[in-house]
Amino acid sequence: MAHGTGAVSHLDRHHAHHFKNGHEEFEACKQGMWIFLVTEVLFFSGMFVAYAVLRVFYPDMMHDVHHHKILDWRMGALNTVVLITSSWTMARAVSSSQRGEQKNTVGFLWATLLLAGVFLVVKYFEYSHKIHEHILPGAQYAYEGLTTAKVPLFMSVYFVMTGIHGLHVVIGMGIIYYLIRRAKRNEFGPRYFTPVEITGLYWHFVDLVWIYLFPLLYLVG
Amino acid sequence: MTKLMLCVFAMIQAAHAATIPVAATDLANDWDGIYWFLVYLSLVFFVGIVGAMIFFVVKYRKEVNKKPKYIHGHTGLEIIWTVIPTILLFVCFGWGWSVYKEMVHGPADSMEVRVIGKQWLWQFVYKNGTTTIGDLYVPANRPVKLIMSSEDVLHAFFIPNFRVKSDVVPGMYTSVWFEAKVPGIHQVYCTEYCGTSHSGMLARVVVLSAEQWKDWLAGKKIDVDQLPADPTFPGYRANRLGEGLPEAQASGQAGGQLSLADKGKALISSKGCIACHSSDGSKLVGPSYKGIYGKEEKVLDNSAGGKVVTVKIDDNYLRESIENPTAKVVEGFPPSMPPYKGLVNEEEIAAIIEYIKSLK
Amino acid sequence: MANSSTAHGDNYLNHSHGLKSWLLTLDHKRIGLMYLFVIMAMFLMGGIFALLVRWELFAPGMQFFSSPNTYNQAFTYHGAIMVFMVVIPLIPAAIGNFVLPMQLGAKDVAFPRWNLVSYYVYLFGLLIAASTLFINKVDTGWTFYAPYSIRTGTSTTLVLLGAFIMGFSSILTGLNFIVTIHKLRAPGLTWDRLPLFLWAIYATSIVQVLATPVLAITLLLLILERTIGIGIFDPKLGGDPVLFQHFFWFYSHPAVYIMVLPAMGVISDVIPTFSRKPIFGYKAIAAATFGIALVAFVVWGHHMFVSGQSEFANFVFSFLTMLVAVPTGVKVFSWLATMYKGSLRMDTPMLYAFGFLFVFTIGGLTGVFLAVVSVDVHLTATYFVVAHFHYVMVGGTLLAFLAGLHYWFPKFCGKMYGEGTSKVGAWLIMIGFNVTFFPQFILGVLGMPRRYADYLPQFEQLNRISTIGSWFLGVGFVIVGWNLAKALKSGEKAGPNPWGALTLEWQTPSPPPHENFLKEPVVTEGPYEYRGEKALMGSNA
Repeated sequence: MAHGTGAVSHLDRHHAHHFKNGHEEFEACKQGMWIFLVTEVLFFSGMFVAYAVLRVFYPDMMHDVHHHKILDWRMGALNTVVLITSSWTMARAVSSSQRGEQKNTVGFLWATLLLAGVFLVVKYFEYSHKIHEHILPGAQYAYEGLTTAKVPLFMSVYFVMTGIHGLHVVIGMGIIYYLIRRAKRNEFGPRYFTPVEITGLYWHFVDLVWIYLFPLLYLVG
Repeated sequence: MTKLMLCVFAMIQAAHAATIPVAATDLANDWDGIYWFLVYLSLVFFVGIVGAMIFFVVKYRKEVNKKPKYIHGHTGLEIIWTVIPTILLFVCFGWGWSVYKEMVHGPADSMEVRVIGKQWLWQFVYKNGTTTIGDLYVPANRPVKLIMSSEDVLHAFFIPNFRVKSDVVPGMYTSVWFEAKVPGIHQVYCTEYCGTSHSGMLARVVVLSAEQWKDWLAGKKIDVDQLPADPTFPGYRANRLGEGLPEAQASGQAGGQLSLADKGKALISSKGCIACHSSDGSKLVGPSYKGIYGKEEKVLDNSAGGKVVTVKIDDNYLRESIENPTAKVVEGFPPSMPPYKGLVNEEEIAAIIEYIKSLK
Repeated sequence: MANSSTAHGDNYLNHSHGLKSWLLTLDHKRIGLMYLFVIMAMFLMGGIFALLVRWELFAPGMQFFSSPNTYNQAFTYHGAIMVFMVVIPLIPAAIGNFVLPMQLGAKDVAFPRWNLVSYYVYLFGLLIAASTLFINKVDTGWTFYAPYSIRTGTSTTLVLLGAFIMGFSSILTGLNFIVTIHKLRAPGLTWDRLPLFLWAIYATSIVQVLATPVLAITLLLLILERTIGIGIFDPKLGGDPVLFQHFFWFYSHPAVYIMVLPAMGVISDVIPTFSRKPIFGYKAIAAATFGIALVAFVVWGHHMFVSGQSEFANFVFSFLTMLVAVPTGVKVFSWLATMYKGSLRMDTPMLYAFGFLFVFTIGGLTGVFLAVVSVDVHLTATYFVVAHFHYVMVGGTLLAFLAGLHYWFPKFCGKMYGEGTSKVGAWLIMIGFNVTFFPQFILGVLGMPRRYADYLPQFEQLNRISTIGSWFLGVGFVIVGWNLAKALKSGEKAGPNPWGALTLEWQTPSPPPHENFLKEPVVTEGPYEYRGEKALMGSNA
C-alpha cells in the first residue's frame, strides 16, 4: 500500500469554506474516517467478546461444530481470497485516482465491486445451506445432525458476526458504486481524490474484519 | 459544658439509630464500623469544601476584595491534595475489603437453606424437606447459608438488618450467609427489578430461640405475630408478602412429609438416573453417588481442551453435570449422559443434590 | 466594549430566514440551538414522569397509578428519556455545538453536514423510542436487564431500536468534535492554551467514540434476543444474563462520564471568569480530565458487585473505582483554589457553579461509599444509589448546564436575562433538589429498595419530604425557563462580552456573525490570563 498515500492535494479547487485549503480538508476527512473505523472496531469487538466467552466456557461446542463440518472452511477460504484480492483492486483504484487515471480508477472500482459481489454469492450459498438444514441461531435451531447443548449459541454468534460483516460489505458496495458514478464524471484527480481514499480505508477495514472472522469461526476446533 | 456535650452526644446517637437499621449480626456491626467511618470522613471533607466556599464568598467577593491575585498553581499544594486522598482511599479500601471477606466466607458448618425466587414470591426449602413461602425460619446464634436461584427472571435477596444482599439468578446458584444474634422478625426485600409485583415480593427472616427452633423442627406451629417485631422499625410489623398472595406455610412440620434428601431419592428413580448411577459404591455406566460430594475428582475438562483437571464435587458441579453432563466428565467414564436441562426444575435439582450429599 | 455590532447588524440569526434555512442549516450555532430546543422538550417530558413517580410515592399504597405496572412504565420512561435523550447529549450537543468552534477560532466544525445528520439521527431515534408511549409502554427500567427484558411483552424492541439509533448521533458528534479540535484551531492556539471546556469536550468525545459502539452492539444483540432468540443472554436457551450486564455497563459506566466531564469543563471556564483569576492548576485539571476518562473504562463491574461475579472481579473493580476519586478531588480543590484571593462576582453562572460544588461534592463522596464492595452490598439497588446518581447527574451535570446556559446565553442571542429572577430560580432549584434527594440517602440505608411502586409504611415520612421537594424543584425549573424565554423576547441588549471573559467566543459580537469571526483570531496567551486591567473588568452585578 506504499505509494499513493503520501500524495497530497494542495490546490484549492475543492474545499468547504471553513477549511483553509484542500490539504486541510483532505487531512480532516482522513482523520474522520480513521476515527469512524475505530468505532467500528469497538462495535465488532462486542461480538468477538461474545464469541470468546462462549469458546472459553463451552469448548466442546467448537469441537462439535468443526467435527460435524457445520461450516465449510473451503468456502470461507475462498471468500478470504476474494476479499484480499478486492482490497488490492481497491488500493489500485485509490492510486489510479491519485494519478488522475480515470479509466483505471473506474476499472479497478468495478473489479472491487464485482469481487464483493462474489463474496456475497458465496455467502448466499453458505446461508441457504444452513437455512435448509435448520442450522439456525438459538431458538430457531432444529438440526438433527448435531444436538450438543451450545451449538445453537455458536450459530447465533456465527450469523450475527457474518451477518453484520456482510451488511458492511453491502454498504461498501453501494459506496463504491457511487464512486464509480463520480469517477465516470471525471471528478477525481491529483487535486482531489478524498472520497476514493477514505472509501479505500473503509474497504480495507471490512477485509481485515473478515481476516479475523475466518480463522476464528471456520478453522478453530 | 458537659451537659451540652452530653446533649450533642445523645443527638448524635439518636441520629445514628434513626438512620440505619439495627445491626442484628456481628457482621452487621462490622459493616457499621466502616460505614460510619465513611460518613464522618465525608463530613470532614464536605464541611471543609463548603466551608471554604462560604468563607471565600464572604472574604473575596468583589465588593470586599477588588484586586484578585494572579496565581497559576502551587505544586506543593497540588501534590498534597493528590497524595492524601489517595492514602485515605487506600485505607477505606483495605478496611472495606476485610469486611467483604467476612461477608463472602462463611463458616463451613453453616446450616443450609435453599432459596428459590420466582415472580413474585420467595420459597424456602429446608434440609428436612419442609417448604415455606415468605417466611424463612432460622435458629438464632447459628450460621445459616442461603443457596439461591431463580425460576424465571433476575431477583435479589436483601436483609437490611443483616447487611446481606445478593442477586438471585436463573441458571446459576448464588449464596449469602449470616448468623443472627437478634431474635424476632427481620424484613427481607427483593432488590432487583422483576416486573409488576417487584415491590410486593417481600419476605421475613424469623429468628427463633433455641427452644422455639426445636419446636418448629418438631412440627409445632409458631405464632409469628407474637414474636418481637422488626427491631429497626418498632411499631411496624415486618411484611412477608405483597397483596393477594397465598398464605404461607408457618409450620416446619416434618412428619408425614418427605425430607428433601428423600425426595431426591425418589427423583433419581423416577428420572432414570439409577440406570447408570448406583448409590452403594458399585461402578455402573456412570460414577456412584456414594461419597462423591465434597470429594476432589479428576475430570476431563473440555474447557481446558480436554485436559484432565481436578475439581471439587460441589453444588455447582452437580448442577452443571445434571444440565450439561459432557462439560466435565469424571475420568474413566464415558460422556454418554444425556442433558437434563428443562427436564428437572429448581426444587428437583435441589432435592437430588441433597440426596447425593446424604450418601457419605 | 463600544463597537459591538457588525456592519449591518448581520448575525447568524438573521443571516437567512424561514423554516427551511433552519431545518437544512449547516451552521453549527443553529444546529446547537435546535438540539437545545428538543433536549429541553424531552427534559420537560422526563421531568413530568419524575413528578408522577414522586406523586405516587407520596404515601404507601397506590394513589395515582392504577397498578404497579403503570408505575414501572413511568420510572422506565423517566430514566430512558433523561439518560439517552437529555443528559448524554446535553452539554456537548446543546452548548458544545455552539461554543466549541468559536472557542477554537474556527468558522464551523470539521464536518458541518455530518453535524446536521447527527441532529436528525438523534431526532429519528428519539421519535422511534417515544412512539412506544402510544403503543405498549415499556416497563424494563432504563437498564433493560435480561431475562426480564426478553420476556416482557411490551414494545421494548422499539425503545432499544430508538436508543440504538440515537447512539450514532453521539458517535458522530464525538467524531466531529475530535477532528475539529485537531484540525481547526486558530493560529497560536496551542494545546496548553486550550480552554478547559474544550479539554473536557475533547475527552468526552473520545469516550463517546469508544464506548457508544459497545452500547450499539449490546442493544442490537438484545433486539435479536427478543426477536429471533439468539440465546446468548437467555438462560432458557443456555445463555448468561450476567453477560448482558457486563455488555451494558461497559458502555453505561463511561456514559456517566460523558455526562459529567463536559459539566466539569463548564465549571472550569466559569469560575476563572467570575473570580478574575487564572484557573488554579490548569495542567492538573486537563490531566485529571483524561485520567477520569481513562479510568472510566475499567470500572464497569462496580454496578455488578452483587450480581454473582467473582471475588476477584469485585476486588479489581472496587480498587479501580476508588482511584477515580483522586482526579475528581484534584479538580474540586483546584476550583476552590481558583476562588481563593479572587475578586468574586456572584452572577447567576457563578451561583450555579457554587451550587455545583455543593451538590457534586455530596454526590462524589457518596460514590466512595458505593465503591467499597462491602458497603455497596448493603446500599446497592436501594434509594441510596438513586440519591447518589441524582446528586451527580442532576446536581452535577444539570447545574453545570444551567451555569453554562446562563453564561453563554448573551452570546447565543445578544440579550441579557433578568438577574434577580434567575437567582430566585437558581436558589429554588438548589433547595428543592436537596430536599428531594437528601432524604433518599437515609431511605436507602434503612433498606428501601429502588423501583418500588409501593413501600412499607415506615418509609412514609421521608418519602413525603422527598415528594414535596420535587415540587419546589419543578417550580424552580419553570421559573428559570420562563425567565430565559422572556429574555429571548424582550431582554436587554447584551454586548459582545458582558462578563469580561478572555476566551475567543467573547471576542466577537453577540449574536455572532454567520462565520463566527469578522477576522480570523490569533491567540497569544492562555485562556484565563486575568491580570492587570483585564482582571479588573467584568460584570456589574
